[in-house]
Amino acid sequence: MAFEGLSDRLQDILKKIRGKGKITEEDVKVAMREVRMALLEADVNFKVVKDFTNKVRERAVGKEVLQSLTPGQQIVKIVHDEMTQLMGGSESKLQMSTRPPTVIMAVGLQGAGKTTTVAKLAKNLIKSGRRPLLAACDIYRPAAIKQLQVLGEQVGVPVFSMGQGDPVNIAKGAVEYSKTNNRDVIILDTAGRLHINEELMDELLQLKAAVNPEEILLVVDAMTGQDAVNIAESFNEKLGLTGIILTKLDGDTRGGAALSVKAVTGCPIKFVGVGEKIDALETFYPDRMASRILGMGDILSLVEKAQANFDEKKAKEMQQKIRSQEFTLEDFLDQMQQVKSMGPLEDLLGMIPGMGKQLKGMKGEIDEKELLHVEAIIKSMTMAERRDPAILNGSRKKRIARGSGTRVQEVNRLLKQFEETKKMMKQLTDMTGKKGKKGMPSIKFPF
Amino acid sequence: MAWLDKIKGRKKNESAENEAAATEKVITEPEAASNEEMTEDISSEAEEKRKRGWLDKIRNSLSKTRRNLTDKIEGLVKRTGDIDDDFWEELEDILIQADVGVKTTLELIKNIRSRVKKEGIKEAREVIALLRAEVEAMLAANETETVPAGKPHVILVVGVNGAGKTTSIAKMANKYKNEKQKVLLAAADTYRAAAIDQLQTWADRAGVELIKHNEGSDPGAVVFDAIAAAKARKNDILIIDTAGRLQNKTNLMKEISKVKKIIERELPENQSEVLLVLDAATGQNAISQARLFQEATGISGIILTKLDGTAKGGIVLAIADELKLPVKYVGVGETMDDLREFSSAVFAEALFGE
Repeated sequence: MAFEGLSDRLQDILKKIRGKGKITEEDVKVAMREVRMALLEADVNFKVVKDFTNKVRERAVGKEVLQSLTPGQQIVKIVHDEMTQLMGGSESKLQMSTRPPTVIMAVGLQGAGKTTTVAKLAKNLIKSGRRPLLAACDIYRPAAIKQLQVLGEQVGVPVFSMGQGDPVNIAKGAVEYSKTNNRDVIILDTAGRLHINEELMDELLQLKAAVNPEEILLVVDAMTGQDAVNIAESFNEKLGLTGIILTKLDGDTRGGAALSVKAVTGCPIKFVGVGEKIDALETFYPDRMASRILGMGDILSLVEKAQANFDEKKAKEMQQKIRSQEFTLEDFLDQMQQVKSMGPLEDLLGMIPGMGKQLKGMKGEIDEKELLHVEAIIKSMTMAERRDPAILNGSRKKRIARGSGTRVQEVNRLLKQFEETKKMMKQLTDMTGKKGKKGMPSIKFPF
Repeated sequence: MAWLDKIKGRKKNESAENEAAATEKVITEPEAASNEEMTEDISSEAEEKRKRGWLDKIRNSLSKTRRNLTDKIEGLVKRTGDIDDDFWEELEDILIQADVGVKTTLELIKNIRSRVKKEGIKEAREVIALLRAEVEAMLAANETETVPAGKPHVILVVGVNGAGKTTSIAKMANKYKNEKQKVLLAAADTYRAAAIDQLQTWADRAGVELIKHNEGSDPGAVVFDAIAAAKARKNDILIIDTAGRLQNKTNLMKEISKVKKIIERELPENQSEVLLVLDAATGQNAISQARLFQEATGISGIILTKLDGTAKGGIVLAIADELKLPVKYVGVGETMDDLREFSSAVFAEALFGE
């Protein structure tokens, strides 16, 4: 995951002071020097690093902190606070025009990921009940229009294009089209350009004047180095940006660009691109991101993910089943698939507080393979067997092992695991049932 | 920040001119290709001119970096005059801001410091020359000459999303074609929407053939077919475009390893090249990119793209220092012939020269 490297470094540094009962100014100074290095290595902009460490140091050496009972904890909290502030404080939503259509313009350098991002954004808008239209204003790159058309089809959004015509006319045409075709948001995909290319920057200015966009979003590659702030500044000076979308955050970048662009331009980060799939665009939450970077986990996102992917009705049914001991292997498989649909296990576990660091040793696809085996084993059973594993005898098990390409031992292990899970879940549901906590999302993991 | 604005103003004018020239080129370019039949005299003169043009182009491309780096260092030299701890610290900061990376910066500073001590240098001004020498040495240490062995000579092009693989391939194809080589392209990026069309457009413009399958098909199969085709058609060079992939995606990296294995299996005698395409604006993540692609496919060299846009590019030094990989080409513009062979001497000259 992004930020991993930075996260490790910061956690190591903070661990040293976290547990200390007494902290001197010198300790703070030493820690901040290390923090500075860690941030620089993560491509955080130079000036931003300076400001950040200064601010933290000033606050940390205050009397209340150093003389408090848990100075280490206090300092960690200060770092968390400042980091949240650095990334924008709270989440920032898209501004919608009171008189539709709303025009959103995506701009950026070549290869930042504009075309993919606008398609993801369209998908995101559909989910929130909008009717977006994509407009192909990239008339330069070969096959850029085709790419947008293909993506448009994937997300089920019409794409307005006029071949290699004038981008300004294309944008105007898209606005007209939207009015007669009942589309309330228009997203303009513009050509990638260098921030120092006067001529093409002027083209964007003309586009802006022609369609008066509500949002001008700069798409920035999260792997960009120290130049990220210059790029963002140039675009902002010229166009007046309203927000930033960071892409490729699913890489192993240390994400310094993310920590810098907001601080330097004042433009909030509105979304982050986190994968190749068309719905891999997430709202950016500075506080949650800060928690993740500092290894405090991100339970909120985990719960939201679960809610978005779990079927409420199904969950209730499941609860009922568990309580009445009717939970079968069939349900077990069902649950497993639901968990899988939430994304890679590694990412999910990373959101659990304290898990981030532990995961380091298990690089790659943890357990993902094992899950596949489990799936294969269950699928090799007959319906009767899935409903009542008690009927499984030696020869049945042999057949299942052969069918799933595993061994009898593995089948046995799964059965044992299943029994244990069943017991555990029974206890869990009994517990929550008695306390009668309502509205709590019931997430249960089949492992 | 007045000085910064000034620099920006200067650069803006310059780049506008460059751009104007560049856009013209796009239009006239097909003509240039058809005018191949020139008399010896004119072409060698043109060659001379072109060579000079190259150096200028690289210098222009690096002008942002140069101003960023040398102006700052010169400013520092003027202010301090003496070489003291503050001087070293500031020099360190300047290099880090150019994306050179903490580790490599410390390495460079250490080397220069010891030379300053040994050679008894007192003037801060002289440090610039030392820095240039160190940078050149660091880059030159990995330079290798690849001699195409066997036909077809396969060039596998890999990199993260949006680094500029397809465009670089078009430029390479154009370059080899101009050198009278018989070039074949393979569209093994079967994942990204319209990636095949993009390469097809470039192939048409460069006038080379392309082997392609449908979107979503197995890249390994494309490569297999392309190699068979290249053998049958007796191509000199086969350049393979692959889908962009982030280096931490284990499965996608396995896929590219497989492609590499297919090449090795089908052409066991030939020494193939693997070029990693790297965006010059990339920060320290480039190290991770180079390292993981190195593990997956082995890398014989780097193509550094979009060098005309970035004020940094210092990442090249970090890569040379930490991973010992040579830079083969640099991309310096939008047109077909904006690909240059990398030379550490030219690079250092462009960075620190007057």
